[in-house]
Amino acid sequence: MTRERLFNALLLAGLVLVPLAAQAADEPFTITLATRAVILALAAVGLNIALGLGGLVSLGHAAFFGIGGYAMGILASHAQSYAPLAEWPILIEGTKSMPVIWLVAILASGLAALVIGALSLRTSGVYFIMITLAFGQMFFFFTISWAAYGGEDGLSIYVRNGFPGLNTLAPLPFYGLCLVLLCAALWLFDRLAKSPFGLALGAARQVPARVAAVGLDPTRLRLVAFVISGAITGLAGALFADLNRFVSPAMLSWQMSGEIMVLVILGGVGRLFGPVAGAVVYVTLEHLLGGITEFWHIFLGLILLGIVLFARGGIVGLVAGRGGGHD
Amino acid sequence: MTEPILATRGITKAFGALTASDDISIDLRPGEIHAVIGPNGAGKSTLIAQICGGLAPDAGQVIFGGQDVTGLATPARARMGLARTFQISALAMEDTVLQNVLLGALGASGRVWRFLRPALKDRALRERAEAALARVGLADHARTRTAELSHGQRRQLEVAVALTLRPRAFVMDEPMAGLGAEGSKQLTGVLDGLRAEAPILLVEHDMDAVFALADRISVLVYGRVIETGSVETIRNSPAVREAYLGDPA
Repeated sequence: MTRERLFNALLLAGLVLVPLAAQAADEPFTITLATRAVILALAAVGLNIALGLGGLVSLGHAAFFGIGGYAMGILASHAQSYAPLAEWPILIEGTKSMPVIWLVAILASGLAALVIGALSLRTSGVYFIMITLAFGQMFFFFTISWAAYGGEDGLSIYVRNGFPGLNTLAPLPFYGLCLVLLCAALWLFDRLAKSPFGLALGAARQVPARVAAVGLDPTRLRLVAFVISGAITGLAGALFADLNRFVSPAMLSWQMSGEIMVLVILGGVGRLFGPVAGAVVYVTLEHLLGGITEFWHIFLGLILLGIVLFARGGIVGLVAGRGGGHD
Repeated sequence: MTEPILATRGITKAFGALTASDDISIDLRPGEIHAVIGPNGAGKSTLIAQICGGLAPDAGQVIFGGQDVTGLATPARARMGLARTFQISALAMEDTVLQNVLLGALGASGRVWRFLRPALKDRALRERAEAALARVGLADHARTRTAELSHGQRRQLEVAVALTLRPRAFVMDEPMAGLGAEGSKQLTGVLDGLRAEAPILLVEHDMDAVFALADRISVLVYGRVIETGSVETIRNSPAVREAYLGDPA
């Protein structure tokens, strides 16, 4: 077993054992923290498909995160007010069912990624960063002015949504759901990375001219990666809103995009467990240092500086040594 | 005369006041190696870019397989069987040698939209890729990271990737660039064996290789083809000597 795989296994074991221990010690807040870390990790796994595999530096992923969040907020708010979402041409009612909400979140954010990607992928480099940022801001300001769903104040949900056969109101079962979804996303990432599609996508990141010369369209490969990426981040957004029982435009802010990207860079761009390591460290720091000072981001900044200057492979890269990921 | 597989008909391309391609008509017939030579700045790279689809000509057409492909993008031309190699190796350096040839096999087979099964487990693709590696003498390096290959091995890999496409024509942009005498000799042997499979349009600076391989040579100077003919014709042409070989005698 390589050091990276050992590290991944330990990290996963920690994600299983720590909340169980917290449950035994009757410390539900620790479980909530762990849930936050797992959901952010899921969002970052989504970004890692675009950024790590495809080399697409998207500063607009908060849009997908927020669309997932609003998918949950809108459906649940209609369910709790018993007002249908639409009566014509067909009757659409709100729902408190997580599987339905997840599906809607995935489809809506995937569709948004398709539109944003189709337009943004005509550019590359700094222009791509700027245009994804611009689209993110468009969605952000749209939600701010969307009075029907809370505008600037956002939407509150009184009771967490349900999952068949589980008591999602208790912290541990909800955590379990989030962890299972994270594992599914990691499995998908691993499969994608090794698949023919992943091989071609990786080549399109390194030498687009070569990819075109063997008969493949680099832009189309990137677009598919961007859609999968956005859909996973959207799913994370629905879970995030469910965790807080609240969704607001803050989920779509450009700072949120930056935060998701920081998780990936902190953990290791292109590494399978990079986003997970990044999210665990981020949430831990946020909790520990956030208790000492409001300005804990200063320390995060220093750590990020250290990573970028001395450990381009991020935390996982530091542990695993050479090979596997990339800068 | 047999129908040419690849031909340009009067293609012209200007960058501002500079005419990089001036009414160029050349063709590539089955079974031949047609070399294009010319001094630096003669417009060889511009010509290749127009043939492969990277640049659109201002006027004229590119005909491939009897079809006008002037309006087609690079990937579409590649799928029709036009395989190119790059002057500066364009390889995925982080990937293994095998992955680089697999990429070629993927492009040619259209089996790229597979998301869950590892590429290395597709036997048909793998065999195709490994056969191409064996052809250029890189079979022992399949699992090597491409960044660790020597310059000469990278040049061989360039040819191997083109081979996986099982092309109807090769366009090679200075395949010998930067190779020593030994490497150049070896690659010359490989290319010599390829012409039976598909003809090669060969842009090359290495004159020994060109004279050893070419069935026909076209000489490009300031964007114009000043002469096309056999090795003997070109060697003895006064115009070529004056313009290119820089030998007034």
